[in-house]
Amino acid sequence: MEALVAIAIGVLTGTGVFLLLRARTFPVLLGLTLLSYGVNLFLFVSGRLVVGSSPLTDQGLQAYPDPIPQALVLTAIVIGFGMTALLVVLALRAIRDTGGDHVDGGER
Amino acid sequence: MTHLVILPVLLPLVAGSLLLLAARFGDAARRAIGLVATLALLPLAVLLLDRVADGTHLVYALGDWAPPFGIVLVADRLAAVMLLLTAIVALASLVYAGAGDDTRGPQYHALFQFQLLGINGAFLTGDLFNLFVFFEVLLIASYALLLHGLGAQRVGAAMHVVVLNLIGSALFLFAVGTLYAVTGTLNLADLARVMPLLGPDVAPLARSGALLLLGVFALKAALLPLGFWLPRAYAAATGATAALFAVLTKVGVYAILRVYPLVFGPGAGEVANVAAAWVLPVALVTLAFGALGVLAARTLRMSAGWMVVYSVGTLLAAVGLFSEAGYAAAVYYTAHSTLASAALFLVSDLIARQRLVGGDRFEVVDAMPHGAVLGTLFFVTAVTIAGLPPLSGFIGKLFVLEAASAAPGAVVIWSVLLVAALVVIVAVARSGSALFWRTAPATTSAWPPALDRRAVGAIAGLLACVVGLVAWGGVATSYAWETARQLADPAGYVSAVLGADEGAHEQRRSLR
Repeated sequence: MEALVAIAIGVLTGTGVFLLLRARTFPVLLGLTLLSYGVNLFLFVSGRLVVGSSPLTDQGLQAYPDPIPQALVLTAIVIGFGMTALLVVLALRAIRDTGGDHVDGGER
Repeated sequence: MTHLVILPVLLPLVAGSLLLLAARFGDAARRAIGLVATLALLPLAVLLLDRVADGTHLVYALGDWAPPFGIVLVADRLAAVMLLLTAIVALASLVYAGAGDDTRGPQYHALFQFQLLGINGAFLTGDLFNLFVFFEVLLIASYALLLHGLGAQRVGAAMHVVVLNLIGSALFLFAVGTLYAVTGTLNLADLARVMPLLGPDVAPLARSGALLLLGVFALKAALLPLGFWLPRAYAAATGATAALFAVLTKVGVYAILRVYPLVFGPGAGEVANVAAAWVLPVALVTLAFGALGVLAARTLRMSAGWMVVYSVGTLLAAVGLFSEAGYAAAVYYTAHSTLASAALFLVSDLIARQRLVGGDRFEVVDAMPHGAVLGTLFFVTAVTIAGLPPLSGFIGKLFVLEAASAAPGAVVIWSVLLVAALVVIVAVARSGSALFWRTAPATTSAWPPALDRRAVGAIAGLLACVVGLVAWGGVATSYAWETARQLADPAGYVSAVLGADEGAHEQRRSLR
């Protein structure tokens, strides 16, 4: 279970970083999105993975998931969503203003 | 518990929201609301400074949730002085923006308040995740302010800033996740309490989290090699915005100064002094490169951007000593460089606006209009920022040099600092003579626009504060020393936040 989640985070982050290094805004945007997926998943499991338990603590329950990372990841998702939206608008604006989708502006 | 601590966060929030609602009001009304809200920050900051001057930590538990369960805001000497600096620079920048910058795009004043909300929150928070949230608040406002007025050059520069900072945010979350996984807490005081208890099995994880975090703060503070985005972005922003951004890099420096001595200080067991090997060398490289950048810049605004990189390098060289003397020098130098960089951005913008031919490029063109006023403003700013006596730059640099003299490798630090300072003096002297002295016969007969009194007043106000830093130098330096003492002794912070309530932690620890 841990290995599976770790591999998933690794693949998401790796793909994200690869796409971030592209020269066009669209792949960069996708890369940032994938990177933030990886981050969110990582943040989520930083409270450890618990299998077969109620989502919140209960009397006498030995193992229960840590609620704080869930709260953190919710915040992170909201912020990440807002930032991605801003970047989409900015990228579109850059195409209009500079006539290309190269990250340094214009068509290279 | 006093509610004073949260007011510097609440006030811009309320004012910003009000300004959003007041979208249909005229420019004058919005300008007035913004000015009143920003002006009110000044007495608030002074009051806070007065309350914490005796060394108390004012702790404010949001929603009255006891730390470490809830989020706390903590005001101590360092936070209070940063709030005061922010209030001063914000006021000057807003007054300057009133000279016309604020009507070049929609919602300038609302964004300005949200920017202040983020900055003040970042200075006050005592929680690592909350610091992330306030970073995002200030960043998203800064993107919008950077884009204010648009233009292809600005959009291009903003693209880099946004992408880099989004990557920075992702790394921040990785670091936060790692530290949380290891320690089970994100409250800074609680982190400081838990760090020494970490066993050697998890210490490498904590160390990688700490260094990842340092990378993020270095990106915000524009340390090389993560600082190349800064000069172009700041040069592209409108003058008033760039002046406010002079505080933004200091947020990164503040975060380093807040987190590392407290959480990863000498008493942190396995992870003690984790940043010590990195900050100083990187800061020296930044400093040298910043000085070269100033020399190589072809416009005044670009050189002001590099000047920020240079001053961040100097500042972090002092922080990187991780000694009491280093912290004291850093506090004084922060005050100086924030005010001086803000003034330099405003002066550059004013010169670019007044000069009919050539803008702020270092070209031989017509004589500078309003040469006496602009020349005086530029001269005082240049003397300050180049670190020449008798103004605060000189004292700040002396402070840093003195702090470095006791450190190992003092020879290297002194040489880099002094040679870079010389390079900057040469560069600033060259810009001054290129702009003001070397003139060609007039090519245009157009009458230069009249100097805006608000713009001149804003710059003069900032410069008056710089002079104040010298005139009341004794007060300023002794405050810096007291702040340094407070920073070097994390136990005071920890006990102020967590109190004697040890039982609650043990209970929580056993639950995990």
